[in-house]
Amino acid sequence: CPYTGCRCSTGTLVAVAQLALTSCNLFDSSADRVTVHFINRDGERLTATAKEGESLLEVVVNQNLSIDGFGACEGTLACSTCHLIFEEDVFQKLDAITDEELDMLDLAYGLTDTSRLGCQVCVKKAMDGLTVQVPAEVADMRRELEVGKQSK
Amino acid sequence: MGSSCGRVCWKWGSPLRRLPGFSRLLSTAALAPQICVVGSGPAGFYTAQHLLKHHRLARVDIYEKLPVPFGLVRFGVAPDHPEVKNVINTFTQTAHSDRCAYYGNVTIGKDVMVKELQRAYHAVVLSYGAEDNRILGIPGENLSGVYSARAFVGWYNGLPENRDLKPDLSSETAVVLGQGNVALDVARVLLSPLDILRKTDITEGSLAAIACSKVKRVWLVGRRGPLQVAFTIKELREMINLPGTRPLLDPADFTGLGDVIKDIPRPRKRLTELMIKSAREKPGEKEAALWASATKEWGLKFQRSPLEVLPATDGKQARGIRMAVTRLEGSGESARAVPTGEVEELECGLILSSIGYRSLPLDSSIPFDPKLGIIPNSLGRVQGAPGLYCSGWVKRGPTGVIITTMNDSFDTAQSVLEDLQTGVLNLSNSKEGFKSVRSILHSRGVHPVTFSDWEKIDAAEVARGKLAGKPREKIVDPQEMLQLISH
Repeated sequence: CPYTGCRCSTGTLVAVAQLALTSCNLFDSSADRVTVHFINRDGERLTATAKEGESLLEVVVNQNLSIDGFGACEGTLACSTCHLIFEEDVFQKLDAITDEELDMLDLAYGLTDTSRLGCQVCVKKAMDGLTVQVPAEVADMRRELEVGKQSK
Repeated sequence: MGSSCGRVCWKWGSPLRRLPGFSRLLSTAALAPQICVVGSGPAGFYTAQHLLKHHRLARVDIYEKLPVPFGLVRFGVAPDHPEVKNVINTFTQTAHSDRCAYYGNVTIGKDVMVKELQRAYHAVVLSYGAEDNRILGIPGENLSGVYSARAFVGWYNGLPENRDLKPDLSSETAVVLGQGNVALDVARVLLSPLDILRKTDITEGSLAAIACSKVKRVWLVGRRGPLQVAFTIKELREMINLPGTRPLLDPADFTGLGDVIKDIPRPRKRLTELMIKSAREKPGEKEAALWASATKEWGLKFQRSPLEVLPATDGKQARGIRMAVTRLEGSGESARAVPTGEVEELECGLILSSIGYRSLPLDSSIPFDPKLGIIPNSLGRVQGAPGLYCSGWVKRGPTGVIITTMNDSFDTAQSVLEDLQTGVLNLSNSKEGFKSVRSILHSRGVHPVTFSDWEKIDAAEVARGKLAGKPREKIVDPQEMLQLISH
């Protein structure tokens, strides 16, 4: 969070969310709204309005977006369920990735060159209109093939 | 998506939507499917969660043989990894759903049989995991001082059946057979500074035993080489940085690996690079200082396959292990360890075999593959047993982390949802669900523990823990748990 300097990986999700919200409320809240689109696994587009400084995981949780199993460890870098895929140009502009995040990202399904963990990416004003992809899980892909066979 | 006057709308994953002619609206009367899940670990809870979320009417009952829920999240995840246990919060939310109920202290296969569950529910999902371990099958395996890592983990995590393990921690050197994350967990618990352990939810009894431990050195021994280690980078990094310890990595084990890993996938590459760096590079100032003052050490031994646990002169205690030196045939994940004929002995008084968990057949009526240790299934549908499903380790084998089980559980739930949709599970046969199970249990003198009962146990553990500066003090005696809730 640019206001508290708090790194999203420390503490619990609740603590960070509270901290970010408290700090962000010191400023004009309407000016800090950023629109973010999540393309869900089934192709559905979920649109949310985020506050600058919120992590993408907090956005999903706070806006109650319907993404199955997202954020299991609650933003503590102990899982890879908040894995998101970014567009190349956006990806290049994100804050540098730490070894800690890379370690968990390495275990994610469907890892790409523009993958990050949502709990480590904080929303910035310049990201307004951002679109991120929720990766399909390996299990889903196998299921598609199976279902495809059955319908022939 | 909404619902109106008797039409019910399902929310499906993409594959089903793309089936030609698939209709998303049903015009049948709204019947509530009764589903039961056997096992309350991550597999059970994630399967239940997905079913409840994607079916507006389904009722899901989760059965568990212990009074307390959560399976390996409570009994497997290491005490010093509390963040991994955060999933308990989402599971608790699921348990609080008014269409979900938890019934602990009920052993399926003993208190109630699977066939009886099938009569009571439209679908039964088996998510009971892997409660046993693979055995070494070598002479001396049953000597004193030899334990499965599974039992050792159960011991320090308060699993009731392992509370009296009393592992012998009186020797300086311990050998862990296996190089997975469980092997690292047990090494780390054996060598961690007490100041760190005492603030975790490790049981009081095991903490006291570890405080008296003489173990100073732990070897993790694998049959194959560095490129085949099964542990992951976060856990390895944690071990390398463990206060009070220094790593013993033989640079010779890593010769020439730098070239081999140039083009392999990033996860394996980074993991190997970290090992190479720790083995071959001069440590930085900070690390050098830490390692110089270390009183404990741990190391990796490769290409050693256990042949025999050697007895002490009394014939009852383990004093060492004899191992075959191997060479690798093939490369990568499929490389095989072949004995060279050479043999080596390692002196040690504590041997932990960490070569894998193993599922057991629950009930003679359920198909089970003893060789693979899983229930034969296709996408979670038990083969040859309509209405029966499985998820988690009992479905695909005992490997992977929580996300792996989560995906697999969602997958099984999807199979159940499809079968409800297509009529494979016939909702016009009405089922009584827990109503009929309750009377069966009552007639057999079994008293289920509800989720709010668990919350009383939970509160007691947290309160006791507070007195000791720990997140909780686990109750390890099931009778004590039952007395607490006045059963």
